[in-house]
This record gives sequence, structure tokens and C-alpha cells, in this order.
Amino acid sequence: MASQDVIRDYSKYDFKDPVDMYVYISRKGLSRETIEEISRIKNEPEWMLKFRLNAYEMFLKMPMPKWGGDLSRIDFDNIYYYAKPTDKKGRSWDDVPENIRRTFERLGIPEAERKFLAGVGAQYESETVYHKLREDLEKKGVIFCDTDTALREHEDIFRRHFAKVVPPNDNKFAALNSAVWSGGSFVYIPEGVEVDMPLNAYFRINAQNMGQFERTLIIAEPYSKVHYIEGCTAPIYSTESLHCAVVEVIAKKGATVRYTTLQNWSNDVYNLVTKRAHAYEDAVVEWVDANIGSKVTMKYPSVYLLGRNARADLLSVAFAGKGQHQDTGAKAVHLAPNTTSKIISKSVSKDGGRTSYRGLLHVAKGATNVKSTVRCDALLVDEISRTDTYPYIEVNEDDATITHEASVGKIGEDQIFYIMSRGYTEQEALSLIVSGFLEVFTKELPMEYAVEFNRLIKMEMEGAVG
Amino acid sequence: MRLEIVDLHVSIDSREIIKGLNLTAESGEVHAIMGPNGSGKSTLAYTLLGHPRYTVSRGDIRLDGESILGLSTDERARKGLFLGFQYPVEISGVSFSNFLRNAYNIMNKSYQDKSREVFLTVREFHEYMKRQIDVVGLDGSFLARYLNEGFSGGEKKRSEVLQMLVLKPRFAVLDEPDSGLDIDAVKAVANAINNFIGKDTAVMVITHYARILRYLNRLDYVHVMANGRVVRSGGKELAEMLEEKGYGWIEKEAREEEEEEEAKSVGSN
Repeated sequence: MASQDVIRDYSKYDFKDPVDMYVYISRKGLSRETIEEISRIKNEPEWMLKFRLNAYEMFLKMPMPKWGGDLSRIDFDNIYYYAKPTDKKGRSWDDVPENIRRTFERLGIPEAERKFLAGVGAQYESETVYHKLREDLEKKGVIFCDTDTALREHEDIFRRHFAKVVPPNDNKFAALNSAVWSGGSFVYIPEGVEVDMPLNAYFRINAQNMGQFERTLIIAEPYSKVHYIEGCTAPIYSTESLHCAVVEVIAKKGATVRYTTLQNWSNDVYNLVTKRAHAYEDAVVEWVDANIGSKVTMKYPSVYLLGRNARADLLSVAFAGKGQHQDTGAKAVHLAPNTTSKIISKSVSKDGGRTSYRGLLHVAKGATNVKSTVRCDALLVDEISRTDTYPYIEVNEDDATITHEASVGKIGEDQIFYIMSRGYTEQEALSLIVSGFLEVFTKELPMEYAVEFNRLIKMEMEGAVG
Repeated sequence: MRLEIVDLHVSIDSREIIKGLNLTAESGEVHAIMGPNGSGKSTLAYTLLGHPRYTVSRGDIRLDGESILGLSTDERARKGLFLGFQYPVEISGVSFSNFLRNAYNIMNKSYQDKSREVFLTVREFHEYMKRQIDVVGLDGSFLARYLNEGFSGGEKKRSEVLQMLVLKPRFAVLDEPDSGLDIDAVKAVANAINNFIGKDTAVMVITHYARILRYLNRLDYVHVMANGRVVRSGGKELAEMLEEKGYGWIEKEAREEEEEEEAKSVGSN
């Protein structure tokens, strides 16, 4: 089963808009002046500017990580840190400038909104261009807006929660995001409110050498429930772009938050994202995280289990094709008794791609009666691809029940023969095996997303037969 | 449809397993292939469907006069060949019913046979499958399972003949569909084969035992394989004779014949 030299088929997402209509693009490179300019354009309160500049100092001081993906080719001076495509922020698609609206139409967002979403946010470069929440939810006090708007209109709630889960000094890229953040979603679910359909955010990078630094904050008050889904794409350029997000989730007592990501950046994007949740007593946090695109991804969604009986469900899926390195995983940090976590990681490597599972399971002193299961399965489609596992387990209480299982599989000749004997081509057989391997993820998606995901996997597998 | 196997030689890792096998079968016929372990029965089954590990070094396999040796496994399947596996592999996460529905549609497209039913919706196909599921004695929950995953030995055997019934191939090769089964399961598998037998289909049942053959409504030929060749062909009565006397005598006779032939060919040189 030799592999051909095939770049993944990304044609559906590979289209570019002209940038000359943008209302503002910062100069390339990062400086105090750039940060001050961003803050000025956004008309931010003084404390936020201070927060940004402080984070910038941290970013400069912190070294690049020596582990994970190869980041040596990131040229921080050759990136646009802020681009504002339009002055308008639509609450109706008719208010969105035509070419940007067309972009999201091609990506199927307005259609999905009509069919099965409770709210949609669409970010284009650094700014959100569209945001809409179903009216009945608005009336119940749900807030779903872009993070800049939240700072302006809900400063009190914002300030109490912002950067409390991921402080700027957490890591170099969290510091960078804190310095230049723009856009992202702000979600606030009042006590006892359950949002029955998913909220969806879509992130699009359009320009070359763009940096996107959105900041998402989800606050679920006690006994509330929400499912948030994000997707992202960018056109293909020959130079690198940077996507560096921070996502903070706060699930208060008895709240349930599910956060689903379908990451499908083009293969020239460095995707360095910090995602973390705090789960209080009886809360449930579920990360459902798929990484198909990007050049290098480093992302380890985490849950800090802070209250009794809190539960974390972490599902991480990665697909690495030619030239891609998906360094992904999950972290569960048990800081309270009777907390449980389940980590499932599934990765597929193909055409010389590389996947790494990097996970942490930590049980703190005093966190008694913890239960945790970790399972990572890797599938190698050919001989030239690679997968590694870096599981870190730190257990400080004797009564913890921990299971850890890992497997590396190859697609067997007999599996392919079996499927082909029923009339499927070799290509179809491979796709089927890979889709089946990832089924544990697919079945967690809303149906429309599952269909899209399976289509992506099929596209990824094209050209796998020599 | 007519399948001709002519002077077939097959090897795995350059070890010859089939050594000059001849056999012809046609639509409407039911054939049984019997023989001791290691006689090359499963190799024949895999070779008919073109498993990449099996190399045909000599001879030919023809469908309706045309060689299929150059065809890939899926191309052979789309011409109407079907293999019921002795040991079906598990394909995790692939829905049994979706898998079969797609396969059925693939066959519909390639057969261009107007008499085949067309199922436009998933539900219609499920209704159709449920009818076949009853025949093999499985229950409807089977549809929701993953392909062969966690199937018991008996479920695997029933599932293979179920797939045959559902896909309606033209020529089904069943590799030990009865091994390891209790009486009820053997009857269920035989029942499925009986449902499949017809004027437009051919069946080749590979087995060690006469037991399953007794339940078949029709059995035209019994072939006995030994040491990579068909050494005897006959009717039903041959199966009963083997059941009674074992394979030893036939292997012995075959060896003697081989030696005789060799002696002759040496003599003629």
C-alpha cells in the first residue's frame, strides 16, 4: 500500500478575497505601538490596555517551547497582528459586506443557522462580522456575542471571569494572545437555562501572513447547559499564518458545557491554542476536539476539576497528512474528591504525517476517590508516517482508580480484502476503515457536522492508494 | 454465468499450494468442495477473489470465457463473485447496515440487472434486510452493530450468508460456512443457501463435512481436493462416502495416480 505524493484536497475552502477593502490592517510585526493601536481602535478601557501590555512583556520574556511541534519557522516579525475587514457588525446577513457574506455562504454557515443552530458568530480575520442569537434565548438572558462587544457591554461579568482560567503567563502563546487578542465568542448562560440547540462560531482567515488571536470565554451559571461548536478554515498560501487562541470555560455548580471543535485550517497555519475549563461541583465539561488541518497544531484541551463529583469527558481526534504534525491530547487535573475523567484520543497518520498524543492526568493530594480512564489509539495508514505517545500520569492519592490503554494499529491487508470483496474499491476500503476508526468521534457530532466530517476524511484519504 | 478454472497453480510466498486444478461451474448449479486440511480449499477461495497474497503462477480463471486474473478484488466482486469468509475480520466503527447498503448499491450499478430491487431510502433497505435476517435466524438489532465487531462465531457465519442473501451475487463461494456451528446454526446457514439457489446463481460450498450438504435442496457436484488438485468429482453420494470412510483412502489413491502419471511422463520422454 504505497502512498502517493498527494496534498490533501482542500479546494472547497481555498478561495481568497481581496484585502484592499479592509478598513484597517496593522503593520507587520509586533510592538507596543501595535498593541496600543489595537486597543485604541477598539476603544477599550484602560485596564485592558494595561493587561495587554503586561502580557506583551511576558511574551517577550518567555522562551519558545522546546517540546511539541517544530515552531522554528514562525517569523513573528512577518505577521499581521490585527486586521479589521469592515466597520459593520451584522445582526442580519444582509448587513454583512457582500464579499464576506459570500465567503460564509460558500462555507454553508447561514444555511446551517437556518436549519439547526441556536446562534451563530462569524469571525473574519480579527473581527466578528456577524453575530446572532435566537430571540427566545436572548429573552432568557443568554448572552452570545463577540468578546469585544462583551467587554464594552457587559464589562462587569467580563472582568470577573476574563483570564481567570488561562492567565497570560500560562505559556508563551497564551501571553501572545492576551497581548493582541481580538474577537472570539463570549457566552453567558444564566442559572438553570438550557440551550437546546448548539451555538456555532466560525473562524476564517483570509489574508496571507495573518495572525488570528481570538479569545473565547464561556460562563455557564449553575445548572445551565450549552453546546458550543466552532469551525475554522483559511485559503492556502505558501507562507505561514498563525492562529493562536485562548478558550476559557467556566462550568459552575451542576452546569454542563460541551465544546466541539472541527479544526480544518489550511496546511500553512500554525495552530497554537490554549483551551481550559474549570468544572465546579457536579459540573460536566466535555471537549470534543478534532484537528484535521494546519501545519503544526499544539493543543491540549484541559479540565480542572475543582468541585466534588465534577466530570470531564475529553475526546481528541487528529489526522496528520503530508507535512503535518498534530501534537494534541488532553489534560485532566483532579483537585477535588469523587471527580471523574475520561480521555479518549484517536489519531490517524498518513503520507509521512505525524501525530503525537500528549496528555496529563493529575490527581492532587486530597482529591480522593478519583476515577479516570485514558485510552489512546493511533492508526498508521502507511510505513512512512509516525505516531508517538507522551502520557504523563501524576497520582497523589492511593485510592484513585486509573486505567490507561494505548494501541498503535496498521490497516491490515485482510481488512482491505474483506471490504473489497464486497465491491468497494481499495480507496473506499481505506476511507471506510479510517472513518470507522474515528466513529467514536463522529457519533458525538450533530448529524450535519458528522456528514461534513466524514466527507473531509474521505477527501483526506484520496490518493492514499499507490 | 460460467466459471472455468483451468490448470490453476497458486503459491503463497513462493510455496505452491494449488497444483493444477480444473473445475467448471455454471449458473443454476450447486457445487461442494471437500477435502482434508491443507488440501488448498481456502487458497482456492481466496484466489478466486484475488487476494494479493496469493500468486497465480500458471493457468487461468475465466468468467463467461474471459480471464479475471487481471482484475482487482472489487472488480471481481462487481462481476458477481462473492466470498463468504471462514474467518471474517472485524471492521471497527463501520455500521453493518450502511456497509451492506452501499455494497448493494455498488452491485446494482455494476450488474445493470433490471430485476434487482432499487431501494431509495435507508428505511426501505432496512425493511429488505430484515426479511433476510429472519432467514438466517438473527434478530433485527444486528443492523445497528459494527461490521463483525464482537460477533460470536455463530453470528459471523450467519452474517456471511446474510450478506450473500442481501447482496445477491451471481456466484457465491462459501468457505466453511458450517465449521464450529451447532445443528441449529448449520440448518440456518443451509436455509440461507437454499434461499439463494436459483437458475441465475451458482454456489460453491467448501466444507469438511457432509452434514451441511444434507440440508441443501440441491447439490449437483461434489469435488474432492487433495494436495492442491481435484482428485475426484461425483454426485451427493461421494460426500456420504467420505463421511463414512474419511479422506485417507482418497488421498492414497490420489498419490498413487500421481506417481503413475509421473512414471508415464518419464516413460514418454
